[in-house]
Amino acid sequence: MTATPVMVSPPKARRVRHERTGWGTVLLFLAPALVLLLIFLVYPTLSTLRMSVDRGLGGNFSRFVGLDNYISLLNTPSFVGSIINNVLWIVFYTTFVILFGLAIAVVAMRVRYESTIKAIVFLPMAIAATALGVIWAFVYATDSNIGLLNALLGVIRIGPISWLGNPSFVNAALIAVGIWGSTGFATVILSAALKGIPTEILEAARTDGANEFQIFWRIIVPMVSLPISVLAVTLIVNVIKLFDIPYVMTQGGPGNASRVIAFEMYKQDFAAGLYGKAAAVAVIMLILLIPVMIFNVRRFRSSAVV
Amino acid sequence: MSTNVATERIAVPAGETVSARVLRALNRTPVHIFLGIIAVIWLAPTIGLLVTSFRPRSDIQSTGWWEVLGTLRFTLENYQSVINANGMGRAFLNSLFIAVPSTLLPLLVCSLAAYAFSWLRFPFRDTIFLVIVALLMVPVQVAFLPVQQLFAPLKLTQGFFGIWLAHTAFALPFGIFLLRNFFITLPRDLIEAARIDGSSTLGVFRNIVVPLSVPALAAYGIFQFLWVWNDLLMALIFIGNNANYPMTIQVTTLLGTYGSEWHLLAASAFLLMFVPLAVFFSLQRYFVQGLLAGSVK
Repeated sequence: MTATPVMVSPPKARRVRHERTGWGTVLLFLAPALVLLLIFLVYPTLSTLRMSVDRGLGGNFSRFVGLDNYISLLNTPSFVGSIINNVLWIVFYTTFVILFGLAIAVVAMRVRYESTIKAIVFLPMAIAATALGVIWAFVYATDSNIGLLNALLGVIRIGPISWLGNPSFVNAALIAVGIWGSTGFATVILSAALKGIPTEILEAARTDGANEFQIFWRIIVPMVSLPISVLAVTLIVNVIKLFDIPYVMTQGGPGNASRVIAFEMYKQDFAAGLYGKAAAVAVIMLILLIPVMIFNVRRFRSSAVV
Repeated sequence: MSTNVATERIAVPAGETVSARVLRALNRTPVHIFLGIIAVIWLAPTIGLLVTSFRPRSDIQSTGWWEVLGTLRFTLENYQSVINANGMGRAFLNSLFIAVPSTLLPLLVCSLAAYAFSWLRFPFRDTIFLVIVALLMVPVQVAFLPVQQLFAPLKLTQGFFGIWLAHTAFALPFGIFLLRNFFITLPRDLIEAARIDGSSTLGVFRNIVVPLSVPALAAYGIFQFLWVWNDLLMALIFIGNNANYPMTIQVTTLLGTYGSEWHLLAASAFLLMFVPLAVFFSLQRYFVQGLLAGSVK
């Protein structure tokens, strides 16, 4: 690498920060990032848009079909089912992660072992979703010598229930794994936000005779509403990109019962050589994420002096 | 934490009677019960896996791991067989061989770019930066087909080079965003003084910005390392050679083929978790910082 010599500031150097840096230097710092972004993010996005309006069978992109791929997706039961599953995930996963995270953060603040509790709940965040899948495949196992859940239910003479093999339970079972995995993240974020609430406000409310429930709903919740909304957006993005848990635990089954969009794209379309349809699913995922993109850019522009 | 303890001590009057203290503890009992239940729910599944991984196959099939105190027989055989016979040893090395360059490369490329966005002046700087913030949300799925087409003639998915590049590229928006937000907080005077003293831009970067940013670089590095270590999807797409599969793919395959060989599954899943857990326990502070900062990813 040849570093372009940089102008040593002339005597009027007080204004050095307003001087433009030489092009050579700028390129030295920026070129690796920009080249990679162009090749792996910008070009593929445009190219995928183009592929999504082509038949694209087996990688042959020469037959323009307009919106056919999108229309055919909407007529594919497994794709519609996967969208419905993503909606289930968004509703239940997001709600329960935030509720549990907030409850644990609020309650743990009152004890001395707060940091230990937070570490315990946070631990699954470190672990691969693949490993979470195996951990919970054990918990859900129908064999009551393996599956803790069915063993516990056996004590009160219920079951054994095939949590992952029954279409009416499988989504709840997978969403529970997701909640278990992400609650620690919400706990740590919300705990930090709670610590930011001035104690004077809480003291004042207690002096005025507010009980703990009033304090929670009227003071704490409104004061952490911004972190909660950022958290909710993050969790929704997680759901839209969700792949590992259904892939590892059920392969989308039984039947198509637990499929989600990202899984559908990989398994049904990409692996099957239906590249035009696969591209269309990728575009749909991108479109679902565009509001978040705008949200991020707006938030960034308003918070930082750009 | 220390301030908490201090305020709590002040809050307790020095002359508190024993009965008052007992009463206070009783009031807290529901709190302790709630947190105890939470701790059990969050620990039991993982402990179950750990215990199972060390139990002999016959014990696993005849009694639950929660009855382990009745049998108390442990073995390393499960680990021996998954490492040798089921390819987990090789997969462990593959995971390392994927994750280390996929961490170092983004650290280098991101910190260079982040420095340009925070301390260099050039046209369209802020516009380009906003585009990068927007790219944060591009799902990796859009790269599957086009990048595979690019890689195919170069045979990049046969080795590790393709996945290093893909991981690096998809790490950039977040890494640049995170490090830039840290770099702009560095003291302006220090950087300008170095420039006036005749330091080159690269010199300022290497001798001032990088040493002052070690905590941020560590937090990002740990985040990125675990991200790659735990990744399944990118590996499925960009590793075309079975011999190069990382542990995430290997464990998934075992779950599919040996669904009821619990002794093998437990040991292999624990091998996959071992490195992240070690990182978690030894570098918890940086780790949590990194993940919190990663809340936008």
